[in-house]
Amino acid sequence: MNNFMRSMIAAAVMITFGFVGQAMAKDLVVVSWGGAYTASQQNAYHAPYMKQNSGIKIINDDSAGTAVAKLRAMNKAGNVTWDLIDVVAADGMRLCDEGLVEVINHDKDLAAAPDGTSASKDFGGLIVSECFIPQIVYSTTFGYRTDKVSRPMTSICDVFDTKSFPGKRSLQKSPLGNMEWALICDGVAPDKIFDVLGTSKGAERALAKLDTIKSDVVWWTAGAQTPQLLADGEVVVGSTYNGRLFKMIAVDKQPVAMLWDWQIFDLDGWVVPKGTKNKAEVMKYLRFATDTQRLADQSKWISYGPARASSAPLVGKHATLGIDMAPHMPTDPNNAKTTLLTNYAFWADNKDDLDAKFNAWLLK
Amino acid sequence: MNNLPPYLSVPERIWHYAFWLICIAVLFFLIFPLLVIIPLSFNDVPYFTFTKKMLSFDPEGYSLKWYNEFFTSLNWQGAVRNSVFIAFFATIIATFLGTLASLGLSRPQMPYRTLIMSFLISPMIVPLIISAAGMFFFYSRIGLQGTHLGVILAHAALGTPFVVITVTATLTGFDNDLIRASQSLGATPTTTFFKVIVPLITPGVISGALFAFVTSFDEVVVVLFVGSYRQRTIPWQMFSGLREQISPTILSAATLLIMITIALLTTLELLRRRTERLRGVTPS
Amino acid sequence: MEKVQEKISLVTADGTPLKISLARAQRRSKTIAFMMVFPLLFFVTIAFIVPIADMLLFSIDNSIVKKILPKTTEALKDWSEYSGELPDEVVFAAMVEEIKSAKASRQHTKIGGRLNYESSGFSSLFRKAGRKVKKIKTPPFKEALIESDKRWGDIYTWQVIKQNSSEYTEGYYLSALDFKRKFESGKIESLPEKDSIYLKLFFRTLLISSLIVFLTLLIGFPLSYMLSIVSTRTSNILIIFVLLPFWTSLLVRTTSWIALLQQEGVINDFLIFLGIINEDGRLAMIHNATGTVIAMTHILLPFMILPLFSVMKTIPKSYVRAAISLGAHPWKAFWKIYFPNTSPGIGAGSILVFILAIGYYITPALVGGVSGTFISNRIAYHISNSLNWGLGSAIGVILLGIVLLFFVFYDRIVGINNMKLG
Repeated sequence: MNNFMRSMIAAAVMITFGFVGQAMAKDLVVVSWGGAYTASQQNAYHAPYMKQNSGIKIINDDSAGTAVAKLRAMNKAGNVTWDLIDVVAADGMRLCDEGLVEVINHDKDLAAAPDGTSASKDFGGLIVSECFIPQIVYSTTFGYRTDKVSRPMTSICDVFDTKSFPGKRSLQKSPLGNMEWALICDGVAPDKIFDVLGTSKGAERALAKLDTIKSDVVWWTAGAQTPQLLADGEVVVGSTYNGRLFKMIAVDKQPVAMLWDWQIFDLDGWVVPKGTKNKAEVMKYLRFATDTQRLADQSKWISYGPARASSAPLVGKHATLGIDMAPHMPTDPNNAKTTLLTNYAFWADNKDDLDAKFNAWLLK
Repeated sequence: MNNLPPYLSVPERIWHYAFWLICIAVLFFLIFPLLVIIPLSFNDVPYFTFTKKMLSFDPEGYSLKWYNEFFTSLNWQGAVRNSVFIAFFATIIATFLGTLASLGLSRPQMPYRTLIMSFLISPMIVPLIISAAGMFFFYSRIGLQGTHLGVILAHAALGTPFVVITVTATLTGFDNDLIRASQSLGATPTTTFFKVIVPLITPGVISGALFAFVTSFDEVVVVLFVGSYRQRTIPWQMFSGLREQISPTILSAATLLIMITIALLTTLELLRRRTERLRGVTPS
Repeated sequence: MEKVQEKISLVTADGTPLKISLARAQRRSKTIAFMMVFPLLFFVTIAFIVPIADMLLFSIDNSIVKKILPKTTEALKDWSEYSGELPDEVVFAAMVEEIKSAKASRQHTKIGGRLNYESSGFSSLFRKAGRKVKKIKTPPFKEALIESDKRWGDIYTWQVIKQNSSEYTEGYYLSALDFKRKFESGKIESLPEKDSIYLKLFFRTLLISSLIVFLTLLIGFPLSYMLSIVSTRTSNILIIFVLLPFWTSLLVRTTSWIALLQQEGVINDFLIFLGIINEDGRLAMIHNATGTVIAMTHILLPFMILPLFSVMKTIPKSYVRAAISLGAHPWKAFWKIYFPNTSPGIGAGSILVFILAIGYYITPALVGGVSGTFISNRIAYHISNSLNWGLGSAIGVILLGIVLLFFVFYDRIVGINNMKLG
């Protein structure tokens, strides 16, 4: 099909259905995860920004789950229709590596903290890539059914203890997290985990530990699955993102409690795709949406920790439930006694290899 | 005694009833999963389980809130609009090209008929994940990935085999003497086409178009790859709903889809009867 | 004899021999017929066949290293990779220069990503090199590069680069068939049993698909037979029971099987109600192969029933009656007379169900857990998740090959011209 015909059909289609007005210059298409997460961004960032800037209309696109592959395709086609993308840090680094997203000058492009601390100092070590603007700290951790266990679960190794805690558990169908937890419960010192995991013996050791519960595991691939499995009683304990469990416990009032032991911290944040047609508007929006107050505001809607140090003291109560949000944050001292931070450098090198080993193990 | 007709023997009688029992069980197996969806869509809690209240027919266990959500949410509204829009244009393209090709294929002089036919119905045979992957790569190369046009063309390609198969099947029973009769009675080729051929193939064309429409309307794999959020269709929304935000809204959408399916099936059945009526008057 | 025939051959009004005139008319007819088919042929080629061919290209394309490191690739040609020695200064100089220029356009990490599929660690090697090369300004580049990361001093590193610097590769196909290239020797070895993935998945896909064919046949046969012996009016109504699920969205049916099969789902509750199992004995029928088999049997059953029914309709009832009246036991009459006559329907239905089943992706992803996922799930994973498009394409091409093989069978048994829907 040649270009002429393509544009003719496109034009006919657009005129017929009045889509011409849909792609106005001042529309910003923001890609995020949908559901409660997008709602929190809408409330904390988009709505106030649109109020201040009547010329801008922010359109939510809920396809962050497939954003990396789709952005690669758009870039190849030279037709980038997104303006801003919410990704997890590992994907942000990958997109940066592939040259698909813009490099950010954090100090120049972002607002300083209210006390004048520069943005790069305020975010500190969370700036894991030169293209990535951290937004929240979330954790992958466990929730368990309080009505289906004989005593509260307190240790990550309880997940591996099928004698004391019989029943199915749900784990992510990925080596990330599971292998770290397996090694911890197999007696590896937490600071040596990645040294061990980097060797083929270490990988086998982790898989051997996972082998002890393999027949009791339901593997999940999307964030909503563990809450559903817990609610259905399909599993007694399962890993997922802490915000999902917060909703289950605080909003849906399900008989579920948190098991924070060795929660794994990860980051979620913004990247600006190369080829966006509204770069100036996006950068202006980003300066607003990532300032100290806005990041603190988001935590009124969802239990993820703001990425700026200066936002932490501003975290208040949940906007509709009125409960104090601080104790529900993964970064709260009571919850963060034992934690791991996702090792981006390690996984960038070893994900493909360990993933193949992990999948071969699953098939055994 | 041994010469009694077999259908009167006791084992035969038992077998006879057993056979009917099996058939009823199979019909039940086919239809039960669809019926289960309907009460669940009136669930009061956000999960896919029958609650105790529902089982005791307590009105409090039921609610219309998922239907309310379906009709008010922007995501679902967009999905319905996109589904209809994409399926409509995909059907038009598939039906037009498919019917024209079938008329050509059914001419006795058509060369390489089998080869061309297998080529044309390949979109139906190739596993969807492969079609989706190939289209994802190629459509992004030429700038069609993430556009309505891209999804329409992809769905049209998937729908054409159905049109080709149903229309050629209609034409298999077509009596070429009718054309000759019409022409010998002085009709121009145009008149012959509109007065003789069109009425006869119409049921096949409509049934093929319905197949093409439903193919696009139900399709999820290709739209996930070739489409983007802006092209989200009902199945797209259902799939992401099953993975990201589980809620019985999916079930209310499903119930509505089942109703639409019943309406479409009734249409098909009526059309089939019409074909038979028309066939009845053609000499053969 | 021949001359006589030529003389009496017929001519048309304008004097052209009839033979030529007829041939001309037929050629014209042929052209018209072809012109009618052409638009669709063209459309299907562009919208469908070319994309598939594009995927074929992806599965062998390996141009990235050569494109970004042309000089290094050229210089490596003179290096014998099994000599046991590192490449010489020329190669290192070219590498440093090209990483510098690639860094400017952020291309160096792309190579790292590509080579990391072959061997773990290349991702960080190139990312680190991108940071360090700007400090390397003067020769000797060899020592300087090794100084920046000792992995540049491993012969292995260069063996991997050299063996991936050709325009095309069969590497993705090797991976897709569980083979591995040993870069140290250039030899191709099959993976040990414990590391094999794709062959197992191909095998499982074929096995579960065969099981589904068997089940649909087992369940579909009696129903199709029943539909063929009742009156047309009854069968027209009963066939709606078959067509309704056929036309209902695949996602809807999969969703309903989730509600039915889960631990606290309808079937388990019902079995407890009947007292067949107790509360602790709830059956795990989902998130495993059982879930995939049950849901897919239901979804594909209409594809078995419809062709069976259309064949059974045409078998005269008198055949079986004749056999019985000649003294055959009804069972024998059925088995020796009726059953063989249904074989075209069995063949058509089985192959159709089989072809559709081995390509399934959505249902196994939602209800299959680990033991019930198919090879298609891996294709989807590599395309949208790991971004190893080459490997995803290679698996896809192999799967396509298998499907086409069965399609040829289908054509032999049924003939595609006899394909009917509903």
